Amino acid sequence: MSTESTTALADGLTPTEEARRQIEICNACRYCEGYCAVFPAITKQKAFADGDITQLANLCHNCRGCYYACQYTEPHEFALNLPKVLAEVRQESWQDHAWPQGVARAFHRSGVAIAAFVILGFALMFAAARWLGSSGGEGFYAVLSHNMMVAIFLPAFVLPLLSITISMRKFWHHIGGKPIGVRASLAALKDAARMKNLSGGHGEGCNFEDEDHFTQLRRVGHQLTMWGFLLCFAATSSGTVMHYLFDMPAPYTFFSLPKLLGVSGGIMLALGTAKLAWLKPKGNKNLGDTRVWGGEMAFVLLLFVVAVTGLALYWAGGTGLMPSLLALHLGAVLAFFLLMPFSKMVHGFYRLASLVRDAQQKEG
Amino acid sequence: MMNDPDIVIVGGGNAALCAAITAAETGARVLILEAAPKDYRGGNSRHTRNFRCMHDGPLSVLTGSYDEEEYFNDLLLVTKGKTDEHLARIAIRGSQDSQPWMEAHGIRFQPSLSGTLSLSRTNAFFLGGGKALVNAYYRTAEALGVEVLYDAHVDHLELNGDEITRVDYSYQGQNHSLSPKGVVVASGGFQGNIEWLTRAWGPAAANFLIRGTPYNRGAVLKDLLDQGVQSVGDPTQCHAVAIDGRAPKFDGGIVTRLDCVPFSVVVNKHAKRFYNEGEDVWPKRYAIWGRLVAAQDDQVAFSIIDSKSKDLFMPSVFPPVTADSIAELAEKLGLDPDTLTATVDEFNASCRDGEFKPTELDNLATEGLEPSKTNWARPIVDPPFLGYSLRPGVTFTYLGFKVDETAQVQGPNGAVKNLWAAGETMAGSILGQGYLAGFGMTIGTVFGRIAGKEAAEYVN
Ligand SMILES: Cc1cc2nc3c(=O)[nH]c(=O)nc-3n(C[C@H](O)[C@H](O)[C@H](O)COP(=O)(O)OP(=O)(O)OC[C@H]3O[C@@H](n4cnc5c(N)ncnc54)[C@H](O)[C@@H]3O)c2cc1C
Ligand code: SF4
Ligand code: SF4
Repeated sequence: MSTESTTALADGLTPTEEARRQIEICNACRYCEGYCAVFPAITKQKAFADGDITQLANLCHNCRGCYYACQYTEPHEFALNLPKVLAEVRQESWQDHAWPQGVARAFHRSGVAIAAFVILGFALMFAAARWLGSSGGEGFYAVLSHNMMVAIFLPAFVLPLLSITISMRKFWHHIGGKPIGVRASLAALKDAARMKNLSGGHGEGCNFEDEDHFTQLRRVGHQLTMWGFLLCFAATSSGTVMHYLFDMPAPYTFFSLPKLLGVSGGIMLALGTAKLAWLKPKGNKNLGDTRVWGGEMAFVLLLFVVAVTGLALYWAGGTGLMPSLLALHLGAVLAFFLLMPFSKMVHGFYRLASLVRDAQQKEG
Repeated sequence: MMNDPDIVIVGGGNAALCAAITAAETGARVLILEAAPKDYRGGNSRHTRNFRCMHDGPLSVLTGSYDEEEYFNDLLLVTKGKTDEHLARIAIRGSQDSQPWMEAHGIRFQPSLSGTLSLSRTNAFFLGGGKALVNAYYRTAEALGVEVLYDAHVDHLELNGDEITRVDYSYQGQNHSLSPKGVVVASGGFQGNIEWLTRAWGPAAANFLIRGTPYNRGAVLKDLLDQGVQSVGDPTQCHAVAIDGRAPKFDGGIVTRLDCVPFSVVVNKHAKRFYNEGEDVWPKRYAIWGRLVAAQDDQVAFSIIDSKSKDLFMPSVFPPVTADSIAELAEKLGLDPDTLTATVDEFNASCRDGEFKPTELDNLATEGLEPSKTNWARPIVDPPFLGYSLRPGVTFTYLGFKVDETAQVQGPNGAVKNLWAAGETMAGSILGQGYLAGFGMTIGTVFGRIAGKEAAEYVN
């Protein structure tokens, strides 16, 4: 939308410059020190290079505690809105470090682009099922042969990973990261697993849907999404291992590892994304990066579609609906993987990198 | 809207909210009239960071212990004895059980902020600061059925004999009146009223900056004193510290604080020194510099350091003016370059060798300089040179209502039976002069709770 602008552009500052202005005010104040990892990291420094600002931005989980607690938010002339400006810097860091770049900008900003891409994924899968079909297999492989699936999904998995690896190397260099040690990595993983920085410092959650009211809704929604996703991923991985290492091809029974992981993960992912999508419109849009609101929402919905079609396939597996459902599910999964480096999904990688860097800095 | 509240609370800061919550918990119907719009609700309380809390052993985020006698002695030191011991001890004793009360009503605490370790034993810091505290109290109050009107300015309390019979206020451009059974005044001092400040202090006060809210204009204070209500506190005095001269006129808050004075030379607009910058550690001298600067021409001064000292104090919100020579710095600060160069040269020549210890009194004093600098006197020779302008920043005024131990306001002929006061608006009897960090919120919390309880007992 043309009326949307960043906090900063109005004053002629880039988001990074505007973030620096605000961070220097915070450094003179420090009242928010206990909310999250961002403020203790700020107080260790007096001057902030661009890489420092990017690092702080990626440490921020947009819990919004520091907005509602700030005595300097507009209409005060200091015009603090740290969650927003850090969201903008963070967003730009994902776009600037993405590879290839132009693609990232389009998908981050536009929910319509994501939707179009997903529909394309559906179409491709329907077409594949219809015209390439199967050379006779069991279950899903009756619709699309195993080899066909691998031919489509292996590149769809490897290419995004390659892209993200390139991005992470550039990003790590930009924020001044050092060789990664075990201690820092463990500390970072622990914080990420508990989503510590969405706990508000007091363990009561964050501010989102009801102004300064601390609740666990967003944290729980996000935890369900993250763990649900990881379980689904583990399901696929275990299936792959069983297929290739143990020569146990699908379909699997309910009490098999892929199914147990997949069904529980799918349920969590569906609930988590539904919760996040339901919450999102309730929060104040102006405390995030308004430019990418649509893209973020579309991405949550895409994850929801992945989860729900996956679960539906489990229940409708033996019925005539299965081939269409399979095409929908695989289409959504395909779009999801291909969009990974260019969508909100990539935040997980940046976040983890920043948490590792923060742990390194704490080690001194 | 509530047309017949049992209790009207004038003001919407810490003291007001503590009173409102306490009264509402007894079932009383409470209306808060807050002069500020919602964005600026909470008066000076929204700028605070901690409260001073007595404790017999580790309590929440507080380390060690801090007993009544030590606390009271600290108060005696800063006030030089100008305190009402009875009321002061009520506030001190009340602070201990206020801490859990605050937690139970939504306040969260954090360990003392980096750079404030010296307060970790005596002062409990609010997570997110005073605005987070105010937010939490508003939520708690509203959940208890307290109604809040913003942009509602109380103009007049009608004192009839020993009773307040009417509350006049303006809201959205219209005048309204209410006749509640009880009234609690918690509307702070009058420092937001520059005209009154200049009448009290003198014309120089027009150049003072006000560190907190512009909404504490003393309307109710003046209104009641005019009706013969008894006052305490020196009507001409205010608490002022030296802050960054570029701070906004109002509401600059904590970030405009400048802690560089002990490591600097401070000159007036004539580029001359006027006081010992190294008299004592900064927390102990912080408050006198407001007055010192206020006494200079145009109420302005300049603190000058060199690159050696630039990382020795908390960063301030405005970057310093920097230059490669003292003359150039003078030019940029609007001072006479020759005089400033001479002042700094003379200072440098009087410095002697010795060990510099930034965090303690190091007796590194000048020799033969008038006025002398008795600690941290290191020559200012290493470019770049950095300069900050200083102006007096007013925290609060001392004039307030005389109250008894139940927070009841004393009228011309004894207690006004349905009027109580809490917070800054009655603090003058306890803090007759000076200031003890964190005591403002303690007085507001303890007496706010007392006022709320007494008012509720009266109306129920
Ligand atoms: C920058 C700064 C930092 C400080 N830090 C600390 C600290 O860390 N710890 C500490 O203990 N103290 C601190 N203080 C002092 C502290 O702010 C006060 O002692 C305390 O907030 C007083 O609380 P109060 O409720 O009495 O008044 P306030 O919080 O000032 O509330 C007064 C209320 O009355 C309202 N009001 C005024 N006139 C009217 C009217 N006519 N009608 C209706 N409403 C009216 C105002 O809008 C306001 O809501 C600080 C002060 C400043 C300026
Ligand atoms: S967000 Fe506001 S209150 Fe929090 S540290 Fe920054 S300036 Fe202070
Ligand atoms: S929004 Fe939350 S996570 Fe981000 S800086 Fe503010 S308090 Fe920290």
